[in-house]
Amino acid sequence: MENGSGKAIGTLRVKTGLAEMLKGGVIMDVVNAEQAKIAEDAGAVAVMALERVPADIRAAGGVARMADPTIVEEIVGAVSIPVMAKCRIGHFVEAQVLQALGADYIDESEVLTPADEEYHVDKWQFTVPFVCGCRNLGEALRRIAEGAAMVRTKGEPGTGNVVEAVRHMRTVTDEIAWLKGLRGEQLFTAAKDLQAPYELVKWVAENGKLPVVNFSAGGIATPADAALMMQLGCDGVFVGSGIFKSGDPSARAKAIVEATTHYDDPAIVAKVSRGLGEAMVGINISEIPAEQRMQERGW
Amino acid sequence: MKVGVLALQGAFREHIMSLEALGATAVAVRLPEQLDDCAGLVIPGGESTAISKLMTSYGFYEPIRRRHDEGMAIWGTCAGAILIAKEIVDAVPDQRPLALMDVVVRRNAYGRQVDSFEADIEFDALRDPFRGVFIRAPWIESVGAEVEILASHEGHVVAARQGDSMATAFHPELTGDPRVHRYFLEGVVAG
Repeated sequence: MENGSGKAIGTLRVKTGLAEMLKGGVIMDVVNAEQAKIAEDAGAVAVMALERVPADIRAAGGVARMADPTIVEEIVGAVSIPVMAKCRIGHFVEAQVLQALGADYIDESEVLTPADEEYHVDKWQFTVPFVCGCRNLGEALRRIAEGAAMVRTKGEPGTGNVVEAVRHMRTVTDEIAWLKGLRGEQLFTAAKDLQAPYELVKWVAENGKLPVVNFSAGGIATPADAALMMQLGCDGVFVGSGIFKSGDPSARAKAIVEATTHYDDPAIVAKVSRGLGEAMVGINISEIPAEQRMQERGW
Repeated sequence: MKVGVLALQGAFREHIMSLEALGATAVAVRLPEQLDDCAGLVIPGGESTAISKLMTSYGFYEPIRRRHDEGMAIWGTCAGAILIAKEIVDAVPDQRPLALMDVVVRRNAYGRQVDSFEADIEFDALRDPFRGVFIRAPWIESVGAEVEILASHEGHVVAARQGDSMATAFHPELTGDPRVHRYFLEGVVAG
């Protein structure tokens, strides 16, 4: 895609570059233009255009698919911040459609019902960048090998329960620390154990971090939840059901944005946490049957 | 030399690393009082709406303007270039610029993410071309008489300077090439 001036679109640097610009920010799930504007006004760095938030997907059951194009277009037209949208795992045609609709990032997401139980989308074929979920380092590196320009730890979407988000973030961090301590020949076996490409494993061992931006997702419902994930080392947060399933979405959204910026200043987290009304009603993970846990989707 | 990097949101860590690699002391600025001993301030790329809302909530406008009047140099990249402009085209409602540079900047001028690109840029004061990374980038639509144009791309101004203020539409902090950071430290902050 180069021309005479050396101009190039859709390069890895351009794809990962947008994720770099989102760092320290909050990406909010929205289902219509009105919610998208509330998110933008609250200081969201991007919105995720959906037909239903994960809590409602969970409640509705059935097959969850890419949002109706009219919803994506409505949201793209309503705000000037980046708009992300979800496609089903492996559904490369939904991804093509979302790219054509002007989505700025595609989330190949376990929140929707997988379309392919063997293959994820070959993300190198697209100009638009992708973000994918992970529960551990191996899963993150497999997605990056497929072309993901950003990852997010999965957590358990639609629960308002941060415990799985914490588990996945800690797992990724611990595995990176483990790789850093390995000798050269041990990295080959580590790559086998992680089921990840050796070159990426070696890069992580040498640099002590993921090669792309990593946000936290799946269960963040309060400003303190967001600050917790930031202190655990993520680059920013996705908040799905936690905002628009709460009593006062606008105030809560703004508070989560401020807590994400000032995550290491407890006085500010305390100040912004006051008087936000009801948080979303949470679900204990043990109450969700194993086959309904979204984090198990993808491999 | 101590340089602050506004760390409310965006790619501030990359600026800090780039500046420190050149021997400067770079600090993440999250509260206005941290500006007091900074000789320069970088406003990084990020989402200009999110950054401007946090700047309002935490009272940054007046202190940045005051410190700039007192001689603090300033460099805005991408979102930062939008925020230091005199006027923003396609701003969101209530989005106020700092008005530290006599330029008009257009937000999202190149379009959506699929239109984001990288290209070689002829940057005045650098001998060889610089790889410009443009992410949902703005461009500088017009400049005042006091403003020096540092770089243009396909007919649009993408870098400019006015005294101790500099704006770039692209992201030198994503390239690993230190030349624009060096220009800022040696030519704008110390200059």
